[in-house]
Amino acid sequence: MSNAVATDVQVAPNMNGSPRNASEAVAKSLKRRYAAEKRFRAYGLVAIIFAALCLAILLVTIVGKGYSAFTQTMIRLDITLYPQDIDPDGTRDPDVLSTANYQKLVKQAVQDLFPEVTNRRERRHLQEIISPGATYHIRDAVLEDTSLIGQRLVIEVPVSDDLDQFNKGFISGDVPEVERRVSDKQIAWFNRLKDRGVIISTFNTTLFTAGDSREPELAGIWGAVVGSFFTMAVTLLLSFPLAVGAAVYLEEFAPKNRWTDLIEVNINNLAAVPSIVFGLLGLAVFINFFGLPRSAPVVGGMVLALMTLPTIIIAARAALKAVPPSIREGAFGIGASPIQVVTHHVLPLAMPGILTGTIIGMAQALGETAPLLMIGMVAFIVDIPGGPLDPSTVLPVQIYLWSDAPERAFEERASAAIMVLLGFLIMMNAIAVVLRKRFERRW
Amino acid sequence: MADSTPQAMPQEAAPISEPPPAAEPLKTSTDSGNGAVKFASRKVCVYYGEKQALFDVDLDVLKNKVTALIGPSGCGKSTYLRCLNRMNDTIPICRVTGEISLDGVDIHSKAVDVVHLRARVGMVFQKPNPFPKSIYDNIAYGPRIHGIASSKGELDDIVQSSLEKAGLLKEVHDRLQEPGTGLSGGQQQRLCIARAVAVEPEVILMDEPCSALDPIATARIEELIDELRENYTIVIVTHSMQQAARVSQRTGFFHLGELVEFGETEQIFTNPQDERTQGYITGRFG
Ligand SMILES: Nc1ncnc2c1ncn2[C@@H]1O[C@H](COP(=O)(O)OP(=O)(O)O)[C@@H](O)[C@H]1O
Ligand SMILES: [Mg+2]
Repeated sequence: MSNAVATDVQVAPNMNGSPRNASEAVAKSLKRRYAAEKRFRAYGLVAIIFAALCLAILLVTIVGKGYSAFTQTMIRLDITLYPQDIDPDGTRDPDVLSTANYQKLVKQAVQDLFPEVTNRRERRHLQEIISPGATYHIRDAVLEDTSLIGQRLVIEVPVSDDLDQFNKGFISGDVPEVERRVSDKQIAWFNRLKDRGVIISTFNTTLFTAGDSREPELAGIWGAVVGSFFTMAVTLLLSFPLAVGAAVYLEEFAPKNRWTDLIEVNINNLAAVPSIVFGLLGLAVFINFFGLPRSAPVVGGMVLALMTLPTIIIAARAALKAVPPSIREGAFGIGASPIQVVTHHVLPLAMPGILTGTIIGMAQALGETAPLLMIGMVAFIVDIPGGPLDPSTVLPVQIYLWSDAPERAFEERASAAIMVLLGFLIMMNAIAVVLRKRFERRW
Repeated sequence: MADSTPQAMPQEAAPISEPPPAAEPLKTSTDSGNGAVKFASRKVCVYYGEKQALFDVDLDVLKNKVTALIGPSGCGKSTYLRCLNRMNDTIPICRVTGEISLDGVDIHSKAVDVVHLRARVGMVFQKPNPFPKSIYDNIAYGPRIHGIASSKGELDDIVQSSLEKAGLLKEVHDRLQEPGTGLSGGQQQRLCIARAVAVEPEVILMDEPCSALDPIATARIEELIDELRENYTIVIVTHSMQQAARVSQRTGFFHLGELVEFGETEQIFTNPQDERTQGYITGRFG
């Protein structure tokens, strides 16, 4: 208190005094001002560094965990395709070919790798080094080229996911045998196979072409990608026209009164509603009331459209507001009707902004999980969906499912799927940025 | 606006039983050698919400004359101008009462469509506002939406002649496809005039068309206004008294929402009747 009074008394004569005193005061306060500015900059810098660090840690962990999923350990098998096992009658009927007992052939081929293993239990143990999916590889090869029947086929098939993880170094041979998922024997066999040169590492195409599977080495994200695509398509088709229509009406035509104010407040609130609530709504209305199918991209798309609507409406209204009134006046002035003013001038000028908002809304929807869990898009689905009515899942839900799975190999694939999802999101945001830059202020 | 129609209707029926005051001839087609009356407004009041911006304005715009509206800023010049092509309709809170007739027809009556009215009464704004499109499309836009041109060739002709009339053709004839927003301020304003001219209006309203321009561009526009007078009726709002004196034949002085004085430009500037006018033109206020 007394201090403040003292300064007041000191300052007052200065103010009334000569200009030299005033400039002294300015000089003094300058120092303080610069110090404040420096401090502020330092805070900003620290905040940015912290954010960048977090991002870096996130990316490094994901990439570090996930990059190995892009390769798959394969074994080169030497298989004799006995005609009596595949096509005893020689009909070459695809039905017969696709249901033949390839497992027997694979078993034989694996057995032949180590003829010295004779014990029944050990034999079974030996079979476990091969992925159960090996039979599909052979079936597909035969279906593709029937002339292979009766020949010897050298084919690369995936090893079991545990050996794959062992090969990638995620399972150490140093820990006690009971604590790891591969046995000493398997490791010994695997090392001998490696010495023989039949173990190879290839690009994991399965990851990008297959649907989900119980076996990690057979599981892929393609089913989820396609499901995401259908879901996004439905979301876009529903939310874009609805949101643009609503925004144009509210911004250009609606009278400004208490009702439109109320609607505006509600739209803004809607943007803040937890997404799971939209999932509950979708479950109650779309599935239970309208009887739409469960786990289907249509319903997922509708739910996400509800969620995206406010985002696009708000962005679109901002974009429409940013169109200078002089453009509207100019068009009105030569006799354009209100709808012509909107469609010929205002909307095209606002479109980049609207599209930016739409892309950001879609990116949000693409990464959304919670509401889709409510409507059953979390089911285990092996088949690639053929349309928006087929049961399917989406990328983020697939990630959720895989990161929940016990196998180490699924964890790696979950990280890989996150990388793919991030890739899509970065791409979408990049497009939004380019749009914004490209069409910035043309008037 | 909606409110104005019922009030205007009885007035339209009135003149027969109730002869207009001699000082204010209503809707006479000729005015003793001064030419035909294009716009006649009687008792025009404008309200923005509760606030009244114009009070009982009576004003006749004569055909093929330049009418200048002067007055201190905020006095309602733009507001009055925007009544003439019903641009005030686009402002939700704005309400217009009184009667405004174009060629003797009430512009608020059902017989007049606002789109048609604006095609007949073009407008040029304070700030040049070309569309962010090519020069060609800027001018072709009006004819296109009104279906004035029946072929591409005809449209080309309209664009050429409009640019010619706006005195811009020489400068831009070889770059019609370039954006109109890339022109200089003065060129942009002439482009806007060309855009208005392209729909063949009868009247062109100009709201301080030179206020954003340098003196040379201003001189060009003033010359242009003088040329356009031959074929068009022009109403121009200006805050520059010199400009009003240079380009107009008739001048109205607005003050605080009232039309204080209206008459021949020469008379207003040499022998103003109202002391407020006198004060304004001698620079005592405004
Ligand atoms: N859109 C509007 N909303 C509310 N008030 C307005 C609007 N436009 C003009 N006004 C008011 O009407 C009065 C006259 O304005 P205006 O006609 O633009 O004056 P001038 O063109 O003579 O400078 C001013 O007091 C202004 O505040
Ligand atoms: Mg004005």
